[in-house]
Amino acid sequence: MSNKLNYSMSLAKPDAQSLSVTQKVAVGVGVTGLFILILALLNTDFPNQGWFLILALGLISVGALIFSNSIYLNTSKGIKNDGVWFKSISSRGILGWAIGIVLTLFYIVLYFYPSVLGLAKDGASNTGLIALFDPLSYLLSGRPASQWFVYGTLYTVAILIFGYKFMLKYRHNRYEQIRTGSVMFFQLGFAFLIPEFMYRLNSKIPYYDLKSIWPLNYYNFERYRIDQFIDAGNIGLALLIFSIISIFIITPILTYKYGKRWYCSWVCGCGALAETVGDPFRQLSDKRKSAWKIERWLIHSVLVFVIVMTTAVIYSYLGKDTSKYWLTRDVFLVLVAGFLTLIFALTIIFKRKELGKDARYGAIGFFAVILGLIGLHYFSTDTKLFFLKSETLRTSYGFLIGSIFSGVIGTGFYPIFGSRVWCRFGCPMAAILGFQQRMLSKFRITTNGGQCISCGNCSTYCEMGIDVRAYAQKGENIVRSSCVGCGICSAVCPRGVLKLENGSLEGRINPNEILLGNDVNLMNLVNKN
Amino acid sequence: MEHIVIIGNGISGITAARHIRKLSDKKITVISAESDYFFSRTALMYVYMGHMKFEHTQPYENWFWKKNGIVLRKGFVKTIETKTKTLHFAEGDTLHYDKLVIATGSKSNKFGWKGQDLKGVQGLYSKQDLEQLEIYAPNNTTCNRAVIVGGGLIGIELAEMLTTRNIPVTFLVREDSFWNIVLPKGESEMLNRHIKNHHIDLRLSSNLREITSDENGHAKSIIIEETGEEIPCDFVGLTAGVSPNIDIVKQSDIETDKGVLVNCFLETNIKDVYAIGDCAQQRQTIGNRKPIEAIWYTGRMMGEVVAQTICGHKMAYNPGHWFNSAKFFDIEYQTYGWVFPKPMKGHRHFHWKHEDDTKCITIEYDIINNTFLGINTFGIRMKHETFDKWLNEKRNLNYVIAHLSEANFDPELFQHFEKNIQLTYKKQLQTV
Repeated sequence: MSNKLNYSMSLAKPDAQSLSVTQKVAVGVGVTGLFILILALLNTDFPNQGWFLILALGLISVGALIFSNSIYLNTSKGIKNDGVWFKSISSRGILGWAIGIVLTLFYIVLYFYPSVLGLAKDGASNTGLIALFDPLSYLLSGRPASQWFVYGTLYTVAILIFGYKFMLKYRHNRYEQIRTGSVMFFQLGFAFLIPEFMYRLNSKIPYYDLKSIWPLNYYNFERYRIDQFIDAGNIGLALLIFSIISIFIITPILTYKYGKRWYCSWVCGCGALAETVGDPFRQLSDKRKSAWKIERWLIHSVLVFVIVMTTAVIYSYLGKDTSKYWLTRDVFLVLVAGFLTLIFALTIIFKRKELGKDARYGAIGFFAVILGLIGLHYFSTDTKLFFLKSETLRTSYGFLIGSIFSGVIGTGFYPIFGSRVWCRFGCPMAAILGFQQRMLSKFRITTNGGQCISCGNCSTYCEMGIDVRAYAQKGENIVRSSCVGCGICSAVCPRGVLKLENGSLEGRINPNEILLGNDVNLMNLVNKN
Repeated sequence: MEHIVIIGNGISGITAARHIRKLSDKKITVISAESDYFFSRTALMYVYMGHMKFEHTQPYENWFWKKNGIVLRKGFVKTIETKTKTLHFAEGDTLHYDKLVIATGSKSNKFGWKGQDLKGVQGLYSKQDLEQLEIYAPNNTTCNRAVIVGGGLIGIELAEMLTTRNIPVTFLVREDSFWNIVLPKGESEMLNRHIKNHHIDLRLSSNLREITSDENGHAKSIIIEETGEEIPCDFVGLTAGVSPNIDIVKQSDIETDKGVLVNCFLETNIKDVYAIGDCAQQRQTIGNRKPIEAIWYTGRMMGEVVAQTICGHKMAYNPGHWFNSAKFFDIEYQTYGWVFPKPMKGHRHFHWKHEDDTKCITIEYDIINNTFLGINTFGIRMKHETFDKWLNEKRNLNYVIAHLSEANFDPELFQHFEKNIQLTYKKQLQTV
């Protein structure tokens, strides 16, 4: 509302898009469901908790579905961004801020004060909101609910209902529909149901979301997890091996073939939330060049940190004696350093020209890690790493990155900074995938000759804050490490300029000074450089 | 240091400025009375529709201009004195130039209708037009009904814009089918239906007789020439085309007709004065192109070319194959090569339309040698590069139809229609 060129002096809302009767009913239904959850939070003792949980989640879902149907099914198929910058919720208005604050507070409680949600202490039974979810938890895994089970359930429900809404919104676009179906499937199956069933089959297996790959699950190689994997027998060992294969084999192959989108916008749970619940906020990402600069420093710093930390954590529980097990501390450090040096050397040798100035920053990152590893070797004792307890290093990463960055800021601030703050500025997994996407992948967004009119829809709706237009208006392919391949730039383009593609590596990066359509001689003259 | 002054900060002027900067260290000043910074004119509609904020329509961040040594000057040039190479501003001061580029763009056509200057009557071209629109048609209580006069690209965009604010729209189109002075019948008729599906009161074969006024000098209604019907309205959009915005040039020594007359090097009759973009009129037409092309792409191309000439590499404006694009509500349109509303002499059309009535293509080809001449595509994205190549190679229709999937530019996983098109093509061959 506040972004129009002229403020209306009218007392009535100038952009009133009043609700239809159906929409009012839908709001009523959904809010009633939400109210049951709030009552539970206030420690209301529901009889038949199972039924009330079904009722609450059912009402919320039905309300959202009816509302989505009434918004989208009565209109023509096409881009539905009318009034996005007029609505309070999607343009950092009062509603946007209010929701941002509520979400942030929710994350603080979830991470740091779960007892507020009713988590049992010392063997007592759960109360409040968490107790409401007990029956579902018993049904799935045979144990009482935890705050993470409640969060996981709500997270999954949110992705399913907002995923449905997103599919209706883009019902003219099969790429968006199938992609959304994929994230809904992976969230429901891999993140939510399978880990619970696995627990039921073998309660020794640690919670393991098969699609969550290190360094996103930075805790995966901590001592207690490794112990749990090993204690769980063959299946545990298989999972441990799978987690290593995911990093070194599956991820590089898929990223080479399809770009990082195979993960970030087709599989990942964080991406799933951003693409569904976060969709109304995608336009809020910062497109300035200065933001891009911050992004690159921040995300790569997190990556350096997570590599050093994980190495340190594994180092801390490895032995020193080669006669007991071949993988000792020193062997491990040499392996890590060797692997990183190999990647660094290959990049510099083959991509030096493309990188230009950025090679220097890459070198800084590389040497920071190597120095960290050397420091690890010289300044660590059995209990301390860099004079710090390994426990401290781990918990501070968990607190700063795992909780504050990915949860509180990453999701809580959706309505302020846009839906991909975590993915763009903080996710170390995205940093690795992005590095490969930039260096060694068939994926790119191609532009259609001279058809760009510089309108800016692509840049505006890029959740990663990429200034897509800057490339499109030069007829240049978009090859950016941060691009998650959501495909929205292509969808909102009114002139059919952008297309996500996997193609040959040759000519993938192609700046053009003169666009197609002009004098052939001029194009040849200027573009040959 | 040579001082290049460009009047107008639209796509033509800014492209020229950017390319001159790439090629030289000349002093560059860009003058605009419209806006502080370059913005994409074609995106104004999205600001009104709430898809974007005005800032989003600016393709370069504000620091870009200073960093690249392009001086932006807000001001209105009143007169151009070519003898002394001086510009006189309405604000009173003057500016000396060594070379001048006129890129003043267009203004909306008004054909002397009674009431055309009333309040609430306007075109849609400039940032100021958008600001006026926010005053006279912010919502459907201030504006109970809008009437749009003129069935072209801006008209249909304005119709879409007003619809997003739930303002009922009556759309007067002079022709008997929407934009059929450009589009073949099948396409034009499909668009008629699409417009009506969006609840627009489409009036074909309807001209404007006059706009009536209320006691405050505000538009009250319009009267249709053919039927005499009076339609009450609060807003009238005049979108019957645009013409060069050259009032300031007309009083100078620079030769003008409808636009500023230029030769193939984009030079006017006065040395060191050039004209590009919408306001330029070619003395000699190029191929099938019109002498005045008020198109984003041609403006950009002229900017690219004039920069070469100004920087010592004299170059004629010699654009490649014709192309253009637009969007009609939900239907995207692209065209490559020439497709005329009725096939030119010795040409024929191949037309295919999908049963959902939102996708179709028309191909114009030569009857005798079957050469492919151009394609209009609606609802299916196609590749500029591929058609440019095929036009260069003078491919025939059979080849194009058989290889159509190579030109497809729709997003991945989209349904493809090439087989369907090929089938239709085969059937038509059999019946012909």
